[in-house]
Amino acid sequence: MSHPFDLGPEPDEFAEEEHQLAKSGLNLELSRRRFVQAAGVLSAVATVGLPGPLFGEKPATSGQAVTLKVNGQTQALNVDPRTSLLDALREKLDMTGTKKGCDHGQCGACTVLIDGRRVNSCLTLAVAAEGAEITTIEGLAKSADPKDISELHPVQAAFLQHDGYQCGYCTPGQICSAVAAIEEQKQGALSIVSFHTGNTDHPDLSDDEIRERMSGNICRCGAYPNIVAAVRAASKGATV
Amino acid sequence: MPQRNAILGASPIRKEGRAKVLGAAQYTDDLALPDMWHGATVRSTVARGYIRNITFAHEVNWDEFCIVRASDIPGKNVIVHLMQDHPCLANGYVNHPDEPILLIAHPEKAALLRALKNIHIDYDELPGVFTIEESEAAVKALVEKNDDSRIIWPTPKADYEGGPNCFKTYEMYSGDAEKTETGLEAAFETADFIVEGEYATGAQEQLYIENNGVIAECFYTQQGEVESVCVRGSMQCPFYLVHALTLVFGLPDDKCRVIQVETGGAFGGKEDFPSVIGSHAALLAMKSKHPVKIIYDRAEDMAGTTKRHPSRTRHRTAVRKDGTLLGGTIEVTLDGGAYATLSSTVLSRATIHASGPYKWPHLRVRSKAMATNLPPHGAFRGFGAPQSLFGVERHMDRIAHTLGLTPEEVRRKNFLGTGDTTATGQPLVDKVDMQHMLTRALNEAGYHEKVARFAEENKHSLIKRGVGFAAFMHGTGFTGSGERRLNSLVYLDVLEDGLPQILVSSTEFGQGTNTILSQVAAQTLNLPYEDIRLAQPDTSVVPNSGPTVASRTAMIVGKLVERASLQMLETLRLQVHLPADHTREEFIAAAKAYRAQYGTLRASARYEPPAPIFWDDEKYRGDAYPGYAWAVYVAEVAVDMRTYMATCTRFDALQEVGKVMHPVLAKGQVEGGVAQGIGYALYEKCVWKDGHLANNQMTNYIMPTSADLPPIHVHFEEVPSIHGPMGAKGIGELPMDGPAPAIMNAIENATGISFCTIPLLPEDIFERVQSLGHPHGGTEDLDPSVDRDTRVEEVSA
Amino acid sequence: MHSDVTQFDLAAPPSLQAVLKQLAAEPGKHAPIAGGTEMMVALGAGRLQQRSLLSIQHLRELRFIRVEDRLLHIGSGTTFTDIRRSAEIAKHLPLLVQSASWTGSVANQNRGTIGGNICNASPAADTPPALLAYGATVTLVSASGERTMRYVDFHLGYKKTALRPDELLHSIHVPLVFGDHRQYIRKVGTRNAQAISKIALAAVAKVEEQRLADVRLGAASLTDRPVRCSATEAVLSGASLASDALEETIRLARAALAGETHAIDDIRSTARYRGAVAGNLLEEFLRSLAG
Repeated sequence: MSHPFDLGPEPDEFAEEEHQLAKSGLNLELSRRRFVQAAGVLSAVATVGLPGPLFGEKPATSGQAVTLKVNGQTQALNVDPRTSLLDALREKLDMTGTKKGCDHGQCGACTVLIDGRRVNSCLTLAVAAEGAEITTIEGLAKSADPKDISELHPVQAAFLQHDGYQCGYCTPGQICSAVAAIEEQKQGALSIVSFHTGNTDHPDLSDDEIRERMSGNICRCGAYPNIVAAVRAASKGATV
Repeated sequence: MPQRNAILGASPIRKEGRAKVLGAAQYTDDLALPDMWHGATVRSTVARGYIRNITFAHEVNWDEFCIVRASDIPGKNVIVHLMQDHPCLANGYVNHPDEPILLIAHPEKAALLRALKNIHIDYDELPGVFTIEESEAAVKALVEKNDDSRIIWPTPKADYEGGPNCFKTYEMYSGDAEKTETGLEAAFETADFIVEGEYATGAQEQLYIENNGVIAECFYTQQGEVESVCVRGSMQCPFYLVHALTLVFGLPDDKCRVIQVETGGAFGGKEDFPSVIGSHAALLAMKSKHPVKIIYDRAEDMAGTTKRHPSRTRHRTAVRKDGTLLGGTIEVTLDGGAYATLSSTVLSRATIHASGPYKWPHLRVRSKAMATNLPPHGAFRGFGAPQSLFGVERHMDRIAHTLGLTPEEVRRKNFLGTGDTTATGQPLVDKVDMQHMLTRALNEAGYHEKVARFAEENKHSLIKRGVGFAAFMHGTGFTGSGERRLNSLVYLDVLEDGLPQILVSSTEFGQGTNTILSQVAAQTLNLPYEDIRLAQPDTSVVPNSGPTVASRTAMIVGKLVERASLQMLETLRLQVHLPADHTREEFIAAAKAYRAQYGTLRASARYEPPAPIFWDDEKYRGDAYPGYAWAVYVAEVAVDMRTYMATCTRFDALQEVGKVMHPVLAKGQVEGGVAQGIGYALYEKCVWKDGHLANNQMTNYIMPTSADLPPIHVHFEEVPSIHGPMGAKGIGELPMDGPAPAIMNAIENATGISFCTIPLLPEDIFERVQSLGHPHGGTEDLDPSVDRDTRVEEVSA
Repeated sequence: MHSDVTQFDLAAPPSLQAVLKQLAAEPGKHAPIAGGTEMMVALGAGRLQQRSLLSIQHLRELRFIRVEDRLLHIGSGTTFTDIRRSAEIAKHLPLLVQSASWTGSVANQNRGTIGGNICNASPAADTPPALLAYGATVTLVSASGERTMRYVDFHLGYKKTALRPDELLHSIHVPLVFGDHRQYIRKVGTRNAQAISKIALAAVAKVEEQRLADVRLGAASLTDRPVRCSATEAVLSGASLASDALEETIRLARAALAGETHAIDDIRSTARYRGAVAGNLLEEFLRSLAG
């Protein structure tokens, strides 16, 4: 049998692709993909390729048919009726950009947009999102392909430019939340800061307003100052 | 052609940045392997006792499950850190709540929950100890009454250095032990004042937003024997897990492969703990013959994994009335939890940092780490230094108030400077100018103006404002001979395209490893930053460049990358005539030419101290660290006497870090550390109930949100060190050390009340205000001379 | 997750009538779920008793804000965001808007409903103090009819309400009579945002010639349920705010409030702290009226 630590294809087979990516500083994405391929070789069954949904092979025992419209695409799936939208996205649709941090609605890592409004997908039943337009981090860029760097959503571009993240785990939630927060401000929504400052007529996104409106998204790395800068820039239509 | 010196000191976008903002970065729980099962942990529900009986209820078809017990472990039942006292799975006896006893796995994740509910364990409970004081009392009972009922460690009884209930002790003198004792005696006799104080800090949860998680595989020989294991997961130190696996499985290093995948925050919480969860998943993979994933949920992660060590620091100091320190004794005690894990090294750092950035003519530091029936405490950013620096920086303010001097005057009298020797006897060869640092930090913060203004305004306001500061240093890299023992190695390859790839086991978890190491290589090789690649940390591919801890990556590993890069250039210049001041194209051409001739091109660099480092582990004297980062942090606070809430309203952080490699990342490290430090001081309280963390949810473990943090102003000074690439020193942990004492000093400035215990919650402020006799709190007449934590003796009039 | 989702049923009846019918058929068997911000946590923590959930989140007939007969009517399915964005509520009932604005995060506010906040019956809930101070009434519906009661009578004890197992909270009604009142609200939470309150006080009062009239106080976490502080209101009724009488008014009011405070020690705070801070908030309110 082959040595379990055989890495499969020679690294240099990827050299050209890697070089193209490296021009854009994207070489790490490639190494991530290669890892997943290597995992196939490593495991007892020599299956190569991206992982399938975790429960893909087995139909749910007491499943309920649900149709979700995620990032513009309608997808039919079978879920246990009590499945959260978060678990449905991650485990049924294999959309792992939305993260699980606390499963209690306290950290915001699982934030997605439902009909343009931000919600904690861990506290939302998948069946309750039926019929709505669901937008996840994967649906913000015009192209979700990491190679396609010119197609970032303006908020994603602002987070990148302002280093509005460190470990990156809360970032998809932060970005979805920021997209909604900017839209809410455009519609004149108020926050408790608006009441405290008395600025209740279509308040601008001051730094205090941003800190309050983004407070549902916890960042333990403490990248808040850069997150605030990114939201401020994106709200003004700038990325820098 | 890129400009020389344009890369290091600039702020390029993080290497993995685009993947992170796109949601394309894949963390452990985003990965799956074919035919993968899911694992879970059966944990103890009591703090201490013998396991009497384990019952598997009939409601569950257990044939579907893989169940691992301690008896299934093929090697040693131990999680090795520094000692071998920590069982991988409890075998008949538990020493803390939430201790792993059994492991179960099943193809369906949902099936695990029902199974866990249907496993019942009965115990013969034993009494536990839950605080430093209870642990000390148990030792006293042993000595005085031969009562060993609360001696909880070592277990089984073994001859460990620290003795009953004590993992480790240190005794550190500022000079020869006997002479120092004599000097101390004289100092306490001749001092104008002797100032005593006791300072305490609480446990703190790392609270990375990505919980601990791993995926393990096990491979068999044709004879059906375990040939090798492979674990991938969220972690800081892949080779630590390799070491743990070699013992659990009785396999050699090269049969235990570990791969770090994208890691969603760590802060020390994924330094030692992955050895536990990684071993567990590998055992399940071994027995189930399937890949097994274990992902903790938030409640399990918070209750079952390590926290920062709680501490108690006692100071007794002899001072002259002008503020000069004449001598002092410091006792540092840590609560290590139920097993030794990393307590001895955390204690070492606490011991060495206990003296602060000051000259002590005579100093004795005694320290110990006690055992309690709490889940083992472990690494957390700062690693002992935040605890003992909290003590010394509160104590300096205490001395000032006792003497009627300002906090500034006392510190200026005693600051270490260039040419002085530290308390361990290390001469400070590089320039150190704490006087200037203090001047600048206080100016940046508007300190003096605020002290005067707030004193006036506070008279007429229920919001009491104050400012305070802390001066401190953080040793970067491993302690003493640690770096030499680590013997770190890095590789730098050139791939077929003629461009380089860095191979290190140093990991990225948000602090910027990928980016700064690429900058160092790009700068040294005179190539664009974008041309540098890093191999994924996979122990079957990368060399051991040491653990990603101790603020060592930028300085130590960065230096090795710099040296490997220089070696590569030298090779190319000698062998294939790469011209000096080469262009990118010339580099690629030369690298390809070399490869055509020799096949591969790999440069390597192994750690050698750039200057001699002397360290005596016996006497705990010598060059404690390759270098120190120095800092003065200033906090401004507002205490609302209606709600007793203290809020940090502005923060200024000035530090000297050698060379700022990436200004945006460096600022981010400081801001993040300060945010965690503010949480440590004012919000984050671990509520223990018989050793179990009762507030093991983010709902009730309160960490600051964006709306709770003040503007943080970050300032840098640069004094290049020979130990780091282009002079850089470490920065990761430093910002965790200063906020708590600076904030408590500011609260004393605001309220006149000296608080010596953190976390300081509104309820604590309320109780103190009440005890001082203000029924409704907060009017005007708080008496600063009433201080229940400190005893002051006037030795001679 | 500490609950096995496969052990639960979920139904989403098409109309309010259908929901009520199901509740009436098997009282106590079903747990209604609206925004899910509380119920999903209870489920995740394994705290949920019922094994069957009835989703009511989609029922449009429970989601409305309208003014009729000098009363503001709020459907129980109205979200915190609906409240926060309502010009009508902002104009007449600013305390309710503020309390909706500090309930959880915006993401929580987008899903969570005022009906859920009330029926979950936490003593620390954010909207009840304002509703109590405003003297709200509530309408409960069931398959057999509807009844309206004073909101102050709705909370019967710790997490106990007047709601029968076959009933749903339909709507909340607040009289629009506070144009001339001075209004005050303050929440003291574990932090500035995303916080559960340790203590909160909502207060409205008229001041006529330096004397207090129509004082109404609603508080969170002062007792085992959201409460109206009627003993304190009685003491303050007609009390003087004149400079020579203010300190005595405050002293009497604090004493009265302390007398009706039965706070507890829990994971978030202490009884002593809660009692003292409640007094401080009341004092702050009274001083603001005098100032």
